[in-house]
Amino acid sequence: MKTLVYINGNHAHAKASFEAVTYAKKLGGEVIVIASGNGSDLAKLGEYGASKVMVDKSLDHGDAQQITKLIAAAAEATGAEVIVFSHDLVAKAVAPRLSVRLKAGLISGAIALPETSNGFSCKVNVFSGKAFGLVSVKTATKIISLLPNSIQPELNGSACAVEDFNGNVGAAAIKIIDTKIPEGNIPLPEAELVVSAGRGLKGPENWGMIEELANNLGAATACSRPVADIGWRPHHEHVGQTGVAIRPNLYIAVGISGAIQHLAGVNGSKVIVVVNTDPEAPFFKAADYGIIGDAFDVIPKLNEAVKKFKAAH
Amino acid sequence: MKILVCISKSPDTTSKIAFTDGNTKFDENGVQYIVNPYDEWYALVRALEIKETSGGNVTIITVGTAADDAVIRKALAIGADDAVRIDAEATDAYFAAAQIAAYAKANNFDLILTGKETINYNGSQVAGMIAEDLDLPFVSLATKLDVNGSTLRLEQEIVGGLQIVEANLPLVVSCAKGMAEQRIPNMRGIMAARTKPLQIVPAIAVDAFTVYESYTLPDAKKACTMIDPNNMDELVNLLHTEAKVI
Ligand SMILES: Cc1cc2nc3c(=O)[nH]c(=O)nc-3n(C[C@H](O)[C@H](O)[C@H](O)COP(=O)(O)OP(=O)(O)OC[C@H]3O[C@@H](n4cnc5c(N)ncnc54)[C@H](O)[C@@H]3O)c2cc1C
Repeated sequence: MKTLVYINGNHAHAKASFEAVTYAKKLGGEVIVIASGNGSDLAKLGEYGASKVMVDKSLDHGDAQQITKLIAAAAEATGAEVIVFSHDLVAKAVAPRLSVRLKAGLISGAIALPETSNGFSCKVNVFSGKAFGLVSVKTATKIISLLPNSIQPELNGSACAVEDFNGNVGAAAIKIIDTKIPEGNIPLPEAELVVSAGRGLKGPENWGMIEELANNLGAATACSRPVADIGWRPHHEHVGQTGVAIRPNLYIAVGISGAIQHLAGVNGSKVIVVVNTDPEAPFFKAADYGIIGDAFDVIPKLNEAVKKFKAAH
Repeated sequence: MKILVCISKSPDTTSKIAFTDGNTKFDENGVQYIVNPYDEWYALVRALEIKETSGGNVTIITVGTAADDAVIRKALAIGADDAVRIDAEATDAYFAAAQIAAYAKANNFDLILTGKETINYNGSQVAGMIAEDLDLPFVSLATKLDVNGSTLRLEQEIVGGLQIVEANLPLVVSCAKGMAEQRIPNMRGIMAARTKPLQIVPAIAVDAFTVYESYTLPDAKKACTMIDPNNMDELVNLLHTEAKVI
């Protein structure tokens, strides 16, 4: 069996890319990477189990249609039966197209390896993280889009060959005018540690201590919906049922009540810490560690404690 | 401009999630259905705004049974002109997308909008599948959409940031937060919705690619460990030694 993994060359060194290759390796067969764009050191993907990387460097800013054609051509050239994506924003645009093009069933947001004893099925989050579903694929070719932070990358091999591959994908229909990627920003869905705050912080001017905590920990920042709606924080930080769904190792919620719609997007987190003045806040029921206290008092103290810890470790 | 907005029903966000029939079916007992928030708040409202400034027609489409007509009327109350229901239970994303694509092919829309995902299946699949079926370009997870003649300028979420792009009509777009502000239907809208045209279209034969075999609920959380607000060293220590996350 052959498994093809799509890697966006610009994110070849993201942890999520290593996770996708590791996942593919665990399926048992040969793992071949198809990459687009000008990524450097693609050979490193061999260390996670890829036997070779095929890359179309001309597709640095390919649109979803072009990348779909590229992967379809690679699937045909390699005879891959399974195609793996990391479930990021490129996968969300490309994987559904590829599914139709190859008549291959798509499992979006897989959180575990497939069960193959009886068919081919995978566990996914449904109802915005309030439940899990087991989805089976009925088609011969299968596409799995793996939710970041579902498995740990594992070293399994050494640097591999990188070959040029031309997908004959035609011109882009979507023209990129500008790209804005804030410096030093950890993409929220991939972050292992997240510090999040809500209306309890009273105003945008009070986020300094939250950003400081995130910096001290190497965490991404997030917020509750009303905070994004009133413009205290950017929309992409809004987590929950109608925002981004995340499942980091650590989620620290400061001044967030823990409404059901908020919990839906974060209850896949491995460990939840809640800081709230109200002992009755519903969030404590979903928390692993709780601190009843005023954020303006607790967070500076937590910052000191984290700094002390970081200096010692 | 002729705009098609794809809508799906989803359980009210406060619904208790439970399953029946040996955990193979969602338990609809006592569940209120709403228009999937991404479809309603962003895709539909932006479509209405475009119509209000540049003219045209906004059609909503859903794949569902007669039980879904109430949800369709809610979307009509917000201001869509007419509605289409493809008469079938949507068993998976491809089944739904193939039905919508077949209808769109026969009816020539300039712009097809969807929400970024449903809040029940969270697949983010249907829009991309429609685009591929129709061989149209697709802008995913758009947070802004401006019309300039037959050219659209959009902002979309990309890994770690934003991208500004231009595309020509016809186009498929999935809509995310930022695109528009939620609109609450008024009494006039609700009254008018009752008599707006709702066309029922028979489904075409399509084999689903995937099947939801069963469901499980997450394990119950163990009790929360409370920590003295004056002892943040203890919290950091527990996160390191017990939880092992830092
Ligand atoms: C259809 C729908 C979808 C929704 N989707 C989402 C979603 O995706 N994400 C989301 O977050 N919400 C969502 N909501 C909104 C949700 O219901 C809540 O209203 C929202 O999460 C509350 O945000 P909050 O906790 O920041 O604010 P509040 O509910 O106002 O809570 C503030 C909390 O801060 C505490 N606090 C106050 N002062 C301090 C202090 N000094 N120190 C420490 N704690 C303090 C308070 O005790 C309180 O618990 C949705 C609602 C609906 C109807």
